[in-house]
Amino acid sequence: MNQGQKITSLHLDVLKEIGNIGAAHAATALSDLLNKKIDMRVPKVEMVSFNDMMEFAGGAEKAVVGIFLRIEGDVEGSMFFILPIEQANQFIRRLICDDSFSLRDSQISEIGLSAMQEMGNILSGSYLSALSDFTGLKIYPTVPGLSVDMFGAIISIGLIEISQVSDHVIVINTSIFEDGMEDSNELKGHFFLLPDPDSFETIFKALGVS
Amino acid sequence: MVPFISNNVIKVGIAQMDVVKIPNTIRTSGLGSCVGVVLYDEMKKIAGMVHVMLPDSSLGRTDSINAAKFADTGIKGLIDLLKLEGVQVFRLKAKIAGGAQMFKFASDKDSMRIGPRNVEAVKNELRRNGIPLVAEDTGGSSGRTIEFDPETCKLSIRTVNQGVCVI
Repeated sequence: MNQGQKITSLHLDVLKEIGNIGAAHAATALSDLLNKKIDMRVPKVEMVSFNDMMEFAGGAEKAVVGIFLRIEGDVEGSMFFILPIEQANQFIRRLICDDSFSLRDSQISEIGLSAMQEMGNILSGSYLSALSDFTGLKIYPTVPGLSVDMFGAIISIGLIEISQVSDHVIVINTSIFEDGMEDSNELKGHFFLLPDPDSFETIFKALGVS
Repeated sequence: MVPFISNNVIKVGIAQMDVVKIPNTIRTSGLGSCVGVVLYDEMKKIAGMVHVMLPDSSLGRTDSINAAKFADTGIKGLIDLLKLEGVQVFRLKAKIAGGAQMFKFASDKDSMRIGPRNVEAVKNELRRNGIPLVAEDTGGSSGRTIEFDPETCKLSIRTVNQGVCVI
């Protein structure tokens, strides 16, 4: 991939800003939704191998809650919102006012799953509309899918498009967490934005750094 | 046998391949739409595993390709690796797992159907090389971690919801 040579620190800053703006809006939306203070960490933009990507968020085998959607329009790519199961349980319990809810139950309540799905809709929607406002680009998300499964199995679907042209992926990684929980990896949500390789130029051009 | 507890586990990452001999075992984690292919020689107790991401190397749009990424080049590459270990192709048998569809939603994108396409491509490639497929655990919508023991020639498959099964 020739992106490696083309991308300068200015480009990285632009991608970080995208992660920053997107996640800040999503964090605000989540905070409104739960009536809780939600904090975020400064975004990381990295170019990593697929195997390094699999080690994010606790490893390939770690069971997580994953919301996945494809982005279409001027920019194409994949977006994930990954939550540790325990954190998802806490959010859902608060949303549906049911303290007994657990994603580990054999019979997961429909209303809880539906709440999780809706939370994914709202968060990814606020992330992407902020991104669209910031860049002036048209961005159409598909309806998000929900899966509770191994992180590697979930994230690999986002690597399919990219794997046709590269063995590396540029990932815009932002984490959000409840106020005061910054040091607890168990309770951290991650947004992963993986633009398709052809879309970087569009993003840079829209922001005047081509 | 207690699955998934072993002192010497060779780990195969996504779009990678490797070979294992007794007493070691070989494992790959977090298979979603990808397919884990195991080729093994029961007599020599040698096996190889490849973690395939895409069905066909013609999908690759780069000059240099990583053979292990694709079903066609991955299986061929694994056969070549096993030949270097003195394995004869006609003794090889196969077990495969993976090829799930992790997210169910309507999309025209071919990449959303990649799991079933990967499985199909792997089977075609095995047929082309005359390697019998002895067992498979494919499709569905669950991620899988698989581990093969060349001593017993059993493939253990772990999922988040259904525990461990052995094929």
